[in-house]
Amino acid sequence: MVRVLINVPKQIRANEPFDVKVLISHPMESGQRRDQMGQTIPRDIINSFSCTLDGEKVLNIEMFPAIAANPFLSFSAVAEKSGTLELKFTDDDGVTQTETVAITVS
Amino acid sequence: MMLPRRRVVLLAACSAIPCAGATPAQVGALIQALVGEAPLKDGLIHLDLPVMVENGNSVAMTVSVSDPPSPVEAIHVFAEGNPLPRVAVFHFGPRSGAPRVSTRIRLATSQTVIAIARLRDGSCWRDSVDLLVTLAACIE
Repeated sequence: MVRVLINVPKQIRANEPFDVKVLISHPMESGQRRDQMGQTIPRDIINSFSCTLDGEKVLNIEMFPAIAANPFLSFSAVAEKSGTLELKFTDDDGVTQTETVAITVS
Repeated sequence: MMLPRRRVVLLAACSAIPCAGATPAQVGALIQALVGEAPLKDGLIHLDLPVMVENGNSVAMTVSVSDPPSPVEAIHVFAEGNPLPRVAVFHFGPRSGAPRVSTRIRLATSQTVIAIARLRDGSCWRDSVDLLVTLAACIE
């Protein structure tokens, strides 16, 4: 489990785009670096990220080692009614973590 | 820990090897495979990156498509000078408010970063940024 910060506006209007900001604390080890003994440090990154709103796709991201450590993402979503935003990401070990955040449309 | 002298010399030699970067030709081939027969035009997509980068370990990047004639399917980002040229692929769904994503990327050296947007009507749009990197992401 890694720490995830999710930020959505408190007030969202129906059918008006709003910003979702996500900060995941993850080292995103690129697999390119070497340790003091010259051994390659094995790659360990989040390789896929997806965001859905009540099961409907907002954004999927394929990530590569060029994404910086502690990935920050900011993107836009649109809602018709209150619902649940689900963020799901998978790392190189195949571990999937799911985070949800409720959004309220006024 | 004390290291034998020979080992130290070997290590120094290893760490002096620059990270083998991708070449513009490799990126060109990747883009060709992605775009296929569709025409690749400049414009529509906007790649926002600083021209002077102090620290290649974390570079703020924003890609957006303004007023697309048909919905944006995906945005692909490539870095020509990184060891692995692919940076990220963003696939947009029906609940996406606008085709715009910001994130932070790593850049190994001064290079050209390319973004390709693929629209649902099959057209592809391109934008690129030439930038200077002072501190490369590979040397840490």
